[in-house]
Amino acid sequence: MLLDPRAGIAVQGITGREARAMVGDMLAYGSNIVAGVTPGKGGEKVHGIPVYDTLGQVLEEHDPAISVISVPAPAVLEAALEAFAHGIGLCLIMSERVPRLDASRIVAAANGRCTVIGPNSLGLIRPGLAKVGTIGGRVDNVRRSYMEGEVAVLSRSGGMTTEIASFLTSNGIGQSIAVGVGGDPIIGSDFVQLIESLEADPTTSAVVIFGEPGGVAEEELARHLERNGSRLRINAFLSGRFVDRFEGMRFGHAGAIVEEGRGSVRGKEEALRRAGVFVAEEFDDLLTGLPS
Amino acid sequence: MGPLKFAGPAPCRREADFLRLVEYQSKMVLRDFGLDFTPSAVARTPEEAASAVERLGRPAVLKAQVPFGGRGKAGAVKTVRNPREAHRAAKALLAMVLRRHPVGTVSVEPWIDFERELYAGITWDLAARRPLALLSTGGGVEVEKSFSQGRVRRHVDPVYGLRAHEGREMAASAGLTGKDLVGVGRILDRLARAFLEIDAVTVEINPLVVTADGELAGLDAKVEIDEDASWRQERRLAGLGEVEAASAGRSPTPMEEQARRIDAMDHRGVAGRVVEFDGDLGLLIGGGGASLTVFDAVLRHGGRPANYSEMGGNPTAEKVAALTALLLSKPGVVKLAAIMNVVNNTRADIIAEGILRGMKRAGREPAETIAVFRIPGSWEQEARRIMAAAGVEALGREISLDRAALMAVERVRGHAA
Repeated sequence: MLLDPRAGIAVQGITGREARAMVGDMLAYGSNIVAGVTPGKGGEKVHGIPVYDTLGQVLEEHDPAISVISVPAPAVLEAALEAFAHGIGLCLIMSERVPRLDASRIVAAANGRCTVIGPNSLGLIRPGLAKVGTIGGRVDNVRRSYMEGEVAVLSRSGGMTTEIASFLTSNGIGQSIAVGVGGDPIIGSDFVQLIESLEADPTTSAVVIFGEPGGVAEEELARHLERNGSRLRINAFLSGRFVDRFEGMRFGHAGAIVEEGRGSVRGKEEALRRAGVFVAEEFDDLLTGLPS
Repeated sequence: MGPLKFAGPAPCRREADFLRLVEYQSKMVLRDFGLDFTPSAVARTPEEAASAVERLGRPAVLKAQVPFGGRGKAGAVKTVRNPREAHRAAKALLAMVLRRHPVGTVSVEPWIDFERELYAGITWDLAARRPLALLSTGGGVEVEKSFSQGRVRRHVDPVYGLRAHEGREMAASAGLTGKDLVGVGRILDRLARAFLEIDAVTVEINPLVVTADGELAGLDAKVEIDEDASWRQERRLAGLGEVEAASAGRSPTPMEEQARRIDAMDHRGVAGRVVEFDGDLGLLIGGGGASLTVFDAVLRHGGRPANYSEMGGNPTAEKVAALTALLLSKPGVVKLAAIMNVVNNTRADIIAEGILRGMKRAGREPAETIAVFRIPGSWEQEARRIMAAAGVEALGREISLDRAALMAVERVRGHAA
């Protein structure tokens, strides 16, 4: 299970402005936040949650399995290494614009022992049970947008995660989990890793995927599905078709060699179709064949 | 009106956020890591070019310094036999405008006789989340097409880089032996070290040539630096003079420039990233994924957007007002559509307030001008009340992004009829 709703949550960077608001919203939704960390601010409280100077101190008194990282981009690598050093199993990195090199080092250091979501992710939610991150915003909006069910939502756009959930909910289709996978160029868990973990999740029977131009996440998913198949019904919508019409601005050759023509929206759609995914022509077609 | 023109850069490609160094800057950076290039000079006037040829030897090659490839085909590379020809060639190059880039600098280097060309580069393999080193024994201008020949690729450890023995293994796999194998191994090791140290997105030596006397030397180099790491590359970048962001592929229009200034006037939230088109429907849309979705939908329903834009986070009412007034100032814009996904943290009421303030500033009647207002989510009720007071009925989440786009297109059409 990607997100155990009973697991304790620590928030690294808890005293920041955005983190404070997030903690309030998470607590209101019932998330099990046990502690926060901000070096130099140990002893303070945020919405009644104790703040520590180090994650090591947190571990002496609490037992978090999940960490939310909400620190400035230059501090993200260090925060992630601190989380890994203390055995955190699920690490959500909300900070955006993390250098590619740092993200790559985070993935290498996690080394399969910690599931990393983000950077640049709004978070993940199991409707009715718990949410990690700012996903959905205020509790009244979360309750209106998300409903318990068996469809997982995986989105490259944080904002569209809630839009899609809300669209499903208003059509009577509930969700088992929703994940904003993160908008930075290098992220910890892509569609492939997330689909792999959903295969083993009995509460999920279908998946909705929201893709964007650029990158190779959709093509990699198509390749994974062609090789391994899936028990899940998968619907996808790709945004930004018009971006294909812009002339490319190729500079060097290395990018072209590695991308091998991948990255275009039409190319992604074709690859996913070939792999048996239902690709919606229009956003509203995303509902096709989903269990209500 | 003719078809919409899609001149680059495309919006919303985060993996394209990098800084492009021109050739001479790339070589400057790579030389710091012990990588050798043929001697070269930089000239900003025909006189400087002529004296550089005098100094470096003849014949010589002059190349326009612009941040994109394909210079040979564009006539931006010239071979000259003497300083007099160099003067004339530099004058012609410095008068060129390539993809709207006026050429301000040319490089001068002696003509090199070489036996064969190789290619060496490192770039991000996003799927593997690691850098990938590439080596090919067929270099040159179309290496991506010929890359199947003598090509070797190997992932680079993001902490340790590429060890010299790994570089030699790559060289051996590419069929190199003897002095070339040792030399290329060393070059790959240094290239990887440079890649990690400078937060590169791409480093490339192409061609890397074996000269007539058996030495390895780079003739051309390309370096791209991760814009998200510019905070720790400040000193290196400052030493290079002017460096261009890749997203500046097409020079921004005055309106895009102004939108950028509006977005920068306050750090809170995003209300900018405008790309101008020549349609009649202004778009205030967001966040990123929804902007792409709505723009596609407007086109599919036969609408003609006047612009692309992205709103997100919590922009101030003033920022939204300034952007609204700017979009409406464009001749031919008859209506404005404000469409966002169900917002998580953006305050819909502040956006509503900003839009109305901008309308007032532009002297436009909200009820006439707002084609649709669809920003459900946080503070949705407050936004609905604000819009109702101005005679505009806010749409709720039951109207999908696609439907909202269709309604906007129909209302512009109704206006024209």
